[in-house]
Amino acid sequence: MADTAAAKRPLPVVDFLKIPEQGEPYLEGQRCKECSAIFLGARDACSKCGARGRFEAKKLAKQGTLYVYSIVHRSFPGIEVPYISAIVDLEGGGTLKGNLINIEPDPEKIRMGMPIEVIFKIAPTKDREGNEYLTYYFQPRH
Amino acid sequence: MSDVYVLGIDMIKFGRFPDKSVPELGAQAALLALDDAGLKIQDMEALYSGNLMQASAMVGQRILQEIGQTGIPVTNSANACATGATAFREGWTAIKAGLYDLVLVIGVEQLGKTGLLGGGGGKGGISKEGLLGSSTMPAVFAEAGMEHTRKYGTTFEQFAKVSVKNHMHSVKNPKSMYRIETPLEMVMNAEMIAYPNTKLMCSVNVDGAAAAVLCSARKARELGMARAVRVAASVLTSDPWTERDLVMPDVNTCTRRAAAQAYAMAGIGPEDLDLVELHDCFATAEILHYENLGLCKDGEAGRLIDEGQTAHGGRIPVNVSGGLLSKGHPLGATGIANIYEISTHLRGEAGERQVEGAKLGLTHVIGLGSACGIHILERCA
Repeated sequence: MADTAAAKRPLPVVDFLKIPEQGEPYLEGQRCKECSAIFLGARDACSKCGARGRFEAKKLAKQGTLYVYSIVHRSFPGIEVPYISAIVDLEGGGTLKGNLINIEPDPEKIRMGMPIEVIFKIAPTKDREGNEYLTYYFQPRH
Repeated sequence: MSDVYVLGIDMIKFGRFPDKSVPELGAQAALLALDDAGLKIQDMEALYSGNLMQASAMVGQRILQEIGQTGIPVTNSANACATGATAFREGWTAIKAGLYDLVLVIGVEQLGKTGLLGGGGGKGGISKEGLLGSSTMPAVFAEAGMEHTRKYGTTFEQFAKVSVKNHMHSVKNPKSMYRIETPLEMVMNAEMIAYPNTKLMCSVNVDGAAAAVLCSARKARELGMARAVRVAASVLTSDPWTERDLVMPDVNTCTRRAAAQAYAMAGIGPEDLDLVELHDCFATAEILHYENLGLCKDGEAGRLIDEGQTAHGGRIPVNVSGGLLSKGHPLGATGIANIYEISTHLRGEAGERQVEGAKLGLTHVIGLGSACGIHILERCA
């Protein structure tokens, strides 16, 4: 049944992560047609110029650079530490926060400005109804 | 429009008071401020009360239920960590508008041993904390600090020196939560919370309250100016659109705008200030605000802390109260407690931590999300 098939598909961790029927998942920005500001997630008006309803969906790049980071050693109870909280600027526009993985959580190893790529994986936790979630991570790009 | 004066101001010693309620703590500060002004609750024409964690619970009215239900208008404010400064400014605005000659402003918070304060979890789904980075305050301000590192090469050690300085300052402040010196190695080797912020580089979650009696120029002349402090500028800004603000809160732009407006309103520049109480919610933040407030040129904040220019006795002492890092950070009370600290120096009543000859001081708070409140205060006598 279609329902069963649908139930097996992971849900997106945030609404700007798109999971097409066919092809690769991707991140989608909303670009203001008046001032070109790029936002994550749907919205009614632009917070840069105030224009209303003037957005177009824009597929965001998988490549970007590390803007800044912090190595988090204490988080909310039950969350595995340490991990790297990173702010990444994507090529062609869009900035997002996420976990930087596949690199040691060591300031000596992490370089601000380093090339980063966005990858997609199933999140380690499920929601109360047992649904799986697809999430994004950052990793160094070689 | 009338000038506005601080006629009376005080704060309770910051600490942990689990047997007290929020209105009880607010009432203690209110009575101290009224005593300092030599006035009674019956003299107050309006109350502006700031509290964050019980924002829906009519804290201002409950304070009057403790100290005198005179039926005056009460306005409750919540504006994250700028809550106290916002309540103060609401009182200032009302006097400026000519509505009242005497108002009471209060900031109060009971945090207890609250753990990490973080942003909201957002809607539905699974928790994003630790999956899509961190929204805990230590990490958010660590990232803000790392932006300075990225631009200017500011080091972990330079950030840590802020904590060494502010903890050292607090030893001389009897109203500080902690009064313990913390040498550099101790700060740097303390438990890492979110690199580069160690535990000793995070502000202390405490209970606290501070209050002030504000008055018009007419009233100040009538009651006596000897200990009055003039509010030379009161400014509040929110975060304007900047490139990464919605993902990485930008505490710099709203502070720079507020500072520019405040200096223009007061007709002074940062070089005229004798002392500053700024929002050192994390050690990383203080470094950013040296430049945001114009205490040095962009890129020079690391040198400022290295050379001790912001220590007591330096060119521009910052956070001689011990700051949020040691005195404590009871969110809603912080903005008025900072004004208490500056006023106390301007009155020449700061005891062994007195900044000699202080004439002009500035207070600064940031409420993440974001609000920036700046006040410039001037000695009258």
